[in-house]
Formats: sequence, C-alpha cells, structure tokens
Amino acid sequence: MSADTAAVNLLEVRGLTKIFGSLKACDAVDLTIRKGEIHALLGENGAGKSTLVKMLFGSLEPYSGEIRWNGQPVKIANPNAARKLGIGMVFQHFSLFEALSAAENIALSLDDQTPISTIAAKAQALSYSYGLPLDPYSLVGDLSVGERQRIEIIRCLLQTPDLIILDEPTSVLTPQEADKLFETLERLRAEGKSILYISHRLEEVKRMCDAATVMRHGKVVAHCDPRQETAASLARMMVGSEVHAVVRAPIEGIETAEALLEVRNLSRKPATPFSMPLKNISLNVRAGEVIGIAGVAGNGQGEFFEAVSGEAMQLEAGTVRIRGQDAGKLSITGRRLLGAAFVPEERLGHGAAPRMKLSENLFLSRYATDSKAFLGPGGVVKESAIDAATQRIVQEMDVRKSARDPEAAALSGGNLQKFIIGRELDRRPTVMVVNQPTWGVDAGAAAKIRQSLIELARSGSAVLVISQDLDELFEISDAISVMHNGELSRPLPRAEATLEKIGLLMGGAEPGHVDHGLESV
Amino acid sequence: MIEQILITIATAATPLLIAAIGELVVERSGVLNLGVEGMMIMGAVTGFGVALTTGSPWLGVFAAILVGALFSLLFGFLTLTLVTNQVATGLALTLLGLGLSGMIGEAFVGQPGVKLAAIYIPGLTDIPFVGRLLFGQDPLFYVSILLTVGVAWFLFRTRAGLTLRSVGDNHGSAHALGINVIGIRYLAVMFGGACAGLAGAFLSLVYTTQWIENMSAGRGWIALALVVFASWRPLRVLAGAYLFGAVSIGQLHAQALGIGIPSQLLSALPYLATILVLVLISRNRRLTMINTPASLGRPFVPDR
Repeated sequence: MSADTAAVNLLEVRGLTKIFGSLKACDAVDLTIRKGEIHALLGENGAGKSTLVKMLFGSLEPYSGEIRWNGQPVKIANPNAARKLGIGMVFQHFSLFEALSAAENIALSLDDQTPISTIAAKAQALSYSYGLPLDPYSLVGDLSVGERQRIEIIRCLLQTPDLIILDEPTSVLTPQEADKLFETLERLRAEGKSILYISHRLEEVKRMCDAATVMRHGKVVAHCDPRQETAASLARMMVGSEVHAVVRAPIEGIETAEALLEVRNLSRKPATPFSMPLKNISLNVRAGEVIGIAGVAGNGQGEFFEAVSGEAMQLEAGTVRIRGQDAGKLSITGRRLLGAAFVPEERLGHGAAPRMKLSENLFLSRYATDSKAFLGPGGVVKESAIDAATQRIVQEMDVRKSARDPEAAALSGGNLQKFIIGRELDRRPTVMVVNQPTWGVDAGAAAKIRQSLIELARSGSAVLVISQDLDELFEISDAISVMHNGELSRPLPRAEATLEKIGLLMGGAEPGHVDHGLESV
Repeated sequence: MIEQILITIATAATPLLIAAIGELVVERSGVLNLGVEGMMIMGAVTGFGVALTTGSPWLGVFAAILVGALFSLLFGFLTLTLVTNQVATGLALTLLGLGLSGMIGEAFVGQPGVKLAAIYIPGLTDIPFVGRLLFGQDPLFYVSILLTVGVAWFLFRTRAGLTLRSVGDNHGSAHALGINVIGIRYLAVMFGGACAGLAGAFLSLVYTTQWIENMSAGRGWIALALVVFASWRPLRVLAGAYLFGAVSIGQLHAQALGIGIPSQLLSALPYLATILVLVLISRNRRLTMINTPASLGRPFVPDR
C-alpha cells in the first residue's frame, strides 16, 4: 500500500467475515472510510450492518479478515482498544444505564479517574458548544429518547475520536431533532472527523453522505456515491428487487361513517416510575379509515395501546367504546369478542409465545373468538381446523419459514410480524389496533403489511396504527394524530399534515400553534 | 443495665449486618446468591476449628473469611462461568454448607472454644455508661461499622463502585462499553462470601464460644431479606439489622418478665417489626426502582 492512500484513508476493512453457527452474518466485507467523510452503511434489517460495526468497535471478534487503521493493520480486541485507537460509537439500542445520572453514564466509558463533577462540567460545556443542551445530573430513566441520544453523542465526543460510528441515529428522533443532528455531524466533518452512518433512510443518506456501502445478506453489494443515485436505485440495491409502492385509494363520505372505535377522556396514572401518564385522550376511528398516531418513543404510546387493548383496564367503562359498546372494563378477550383485534409492539413474548408453534400461537389468541371453528365438543382442540387456518394465513401473508409449523422464535422478525398481523386480519376484525406494525421488518414485508392494513380499512373496518416511522404513517394514514407527553393532538387530515407540522407536534408544540415555525421550539 | 442491653443488641445485630452488607455488594453487581446461610455456617465451623487448634481467635477469623470466599467462588464458577440458575445454585450452596459444616464440626461439639476478646482501652473503656458501648466491644463490631460505611462510600463515591452498579443495572450495556461484567461479578461474589464467612466467625468466636450444629439458625436468610427490604442501601441495612437486633433482645426480656403474650408471637416479633419498618421506609417506589439492580439474577452470556 502506498503512503498516499494511507494518508487519505482512515479505515480500511478487507475481507472481514463473521460466522454465527451456520449463518455468515458478514461475508468477506470490504469497506474504506476516508478522513473527513460521512460514509453511509446501507442495508435492510439482518443485512449484517450491526455485526460489521460491532467488529469495528471490538464487541465482536471477526472470524477472518483484516482491519487497517491509518494504513496499519490492527486487531481490535475490545471496546477499550477501539476507543484507544480513536473509534467512538453511538449505539442504536442505547447502551445507557437508566438508574444512573447522565454524568455517571459518561464517566463509565472514560478510562481515567477524573471526578464525576469535572466530567459533568466538561460534558455540559461540550453539549452547549454543539447545541445539544444536557443536564448532567438528570437521571437517564427520566429522559426522552432524543435526550438519551445526546448523552451517547456527548459521551462519544468526549473521547475525541477520529471515527464516529452512528447506528440508526434518526430512527427515534423528531424531524427537527434529526436536523439538529445533521448540523452536528456536518460540523464534525468540517473538523476533519470521519463518520460511519448506518441508516435505512435513503433521503437523509442522499442529503448528507459523501460515500455509501450497501450490504445485503451479509455481503457488500455496492460501493457508490449516494449523491449520484436516486432513492429508488439505492432501495433496489438494498432489497435486491423492486419494492412495490403502497397504494392508498381515496375515501369518500368518511364524515358520516360510523365511529367503530371511540376513546373518550382517557386518563391513566403512570404504572411504574419511568412510565408516562395519559392525559385526557379522546379519539374516534370511523369505519373505512386508517388513523395514524405519531410520536417520539416513550411519550405514552405503549401505555395508550395497553389501555385500548385491555391489557390495562380502565376505571370507567365508557372511556373506550368498541362498535358503540362500553369496553373500558372488558379484558382483552372481551374486547376481541366485540370484533376488535390488537397487535402489540413486542413480537416475541407479547405478540407470540416464542417457544410455541405458529398453530399454537394462532389458537392461543383466537380460541375465544373462534371457539366454534377451533373447539369441538367438551373443549377438545380441533387440530386440523387450526392447521388449515395457519396454512391459510401463511399463504395469504407470504410468511417464509423453514418447516411446516415452526416455533414462533424460529421465524425472522419480518416473517413473524407478517404472521401475527395475518392472524388478526384473518378474522376480518371491525376494529384493528396495531403498535409499530413494521418495526425491524424488511422493506418487502413492510409494504405487504401496510397494504393489507389499508385494504382492511377500505373494506369497512376502523384501523388505528401507532408508529414511530413517519414515512409509514404518511403512506397509510387518512389522518395523523401526535402523542406527546401523554397527550394526543387533534387528528390532522392527510392533506393538511406536513412533515414539519407533525414534527413540531412531536417536539411538544401547542396543537393550536402549529404554524409558527421552528423558533418556538 | 441499659448499657448492657445496648451491647447485647449490637452483638445480635453485628453478624446480620456483616453478612447483609456482603450480599448487598453481590446483588448490586446483579447476582443473587441465596447461599449466604451456607457460607456463614462454613465460616463459623472453620473459625471455631482453626481458633481451637491454633489457640488464636484471629487466625480463626482469617480462616473463616478465606473459606467463605472460596465457598462463594464455587457458586461464582457455577453461575457465572457455567451459567447455571442462580436461585437453584444458591439453595444448593446453603444445603451443602449446612451438611458439610455438620460433618467437619462433629469433633468440635461440646468443646470449649476460644473467645475473641473485647477491646479494652484504659481510661476510655472505663468512662461510665458509654465507655464499654463505644470503646469496649469486640473488634468485629467495629469492623462491621467500618464495613458498612466503607461499602456505602465505595458504591456511591468511587469509580469502581459506579462500574459495579452499572453492571448490576444493565449488563448488556456494560459489556458494550467494554466493562468486564463476569470479572466484576466474580469479585463481588467473593466479597460477599468473605463477609458471610466473617459473620460466621462472629457467631462461633464472639456470640457463643462453642460449635453447635446449624448454629447460624437462619441468620443468612434474615440477612438476605434485610438487603431487599433495605432497597439495596447500606445505611438502611444497618438500620434494619439493629432494629432486628433490638426487637429480638426486647422480646427476650419481655418473655423473661412473663408478659401475657404467647412466646411464639413474641419470637415472631423481630421479623414482623423489621419487615414492617423497612417496607414503610421503602414506600417511595421511585427510589426503590432506582436502587433495585435491574439485572439481578439474570444470567449473562456475552456474544463474541
């Protein structure tokens, strides 16, 4: 290697491979990051991006391959070694400690014995200089997701790294918070630092990144300049085939349609010290429409879903009404019997029992509502009927699996989610409530799920979708409400809702003062 | 008379305090070791035996600490390296300790033991009323107080203590930061074992200077309960241990006076009173939540 390339290239990865059991999570991956560039790492869930960066940060040991840092071959044995080289990382699933303060969290990743008070002062000064204000003594458990990410970034910057790895940093931010992050990143680039930016949001990659590496099924499929590509061409590289756009037929006469799901003045006290109280939430979902609920994670969406689905019962029966009947004091099964269906956020353990077969999971959630079909005399389980229904759902939703009736945990996240959604759709529910329908699901499966939700609504059901993915909500919703701090905004019809308006509401702007621009935030 | 009662209370509270402080450190690192009773009784029999054969109570104390730590190392190897179930392994450790100590101690039954002498500082110890209370108790009493203050300082004022708490709060995040989760847990488990061994030595070298089978009499379990009800705060463990000691001694005096309350009910009083008081001071759910090690009892297997 010539001295020239070493002077320009900060990091060179050649043939890096990682094998888990029989799966090649990373297969001979090449990656070159130059000094002072923002380099995008693109790929769908399960493409091997996280595995690759974990090897770069020393949390995983490569099976084979070479890593060169400033032209020198290096072995990164653990995260401390990575930090010593000058590699910093902002994790996707935050590596923070909820019971500790921001300053204590930062101190844990610094090796020296600097007193906490000094670290707190340094962190605060640095956070203000980058426009990411932070109270170092606040408890992480009390902070919003955006604030937690600031801690991660400040913690990373305090180590003065040359390469900063950001794993899906904007997936939890409001559009305005994301803009702020981009400013910070551009400033870091101007200071000569390199950034490895992992994302599946193509627009922001096109807007900001100087180079891109695209991965699929553990292999690098392309090195390209994202500014020369279109979002569609990048998507094709990631997915390997065309992604069908979701079609949303217009609805008419929705004003006069019957409200199938009504939430009236729903309030809820926090169930745990770190959970969000719900404040006087009212919402109607009418036959034929899809209502989306946007919001930054942790603003009460989970608590709201529990209250609507019956995981948490209400004190007054009238706060949740399904098809005109009071359901606030009914259990989940009681609400299902009224024609409602629910899909929780957490697939394994909540939406499905991981160690049970798909058919058993189907039976568990539907034995009460479909007792005639699935139960014979004396409560004997009709296995053939359940098996037929399972195969019908698998076919309808294109669930890919290795056996005829595997355990739920054996499916990939996207395929299990297709099955869970299909299990509920198969009942033709009149009210469908879904929390994060496509979280961690690949683009092809996500399009399938979204299309089926729209079709369910258009066939006369009421559909309520809670999601952190704004693109998704804009794709499928007829109106969008925003949940912030346990309060729900009035639904904005799709035609009026802009990314900016929704973003302001997510950041906590008053519902009535949507138009005053960014200064008021 | 009052001074005498106070000293008796301290004697009842000290073994609970030492064992509970050790277990507190273990649990703060995210490991639940239910083997306290077993490690304690092993400490008791070792301390007694070594003191008896060598004639030196101090050698007995050190031997008890060592055996407690080694015994807990067995627990650490099983639960941390082989990732066995912590609850089942801890229970097995208790059963093993009780059985093994009975076997080792068979020769010591009925033998007069060696007492770890109380401190005597001329002048200070002779001060009327408070002299013996403050300057004339056995050395392990002072060790227990220093241990409590030291552990509180270590956990909340030092970087190493912060690291230990972080491992107990979220071992996945700690591992991602490059903290050696398993190594820290080994050290914490061994500290807990050493403390339990020391508490056992107190029983057989100070509390009663003889070896009796099963002489720990459930104190290891009380220590475990104290840690939980004190919401993992060292100074609350101190308060709980002394409250328990006070009510135990109080009810003995009440029984001696022949108050018309069934003795079984009086015997249960220390347990009831301690749990009640600690539950009341832990009423703040937010504080309890912050202090509860979130990874407690959860097995950790790093992926490499």
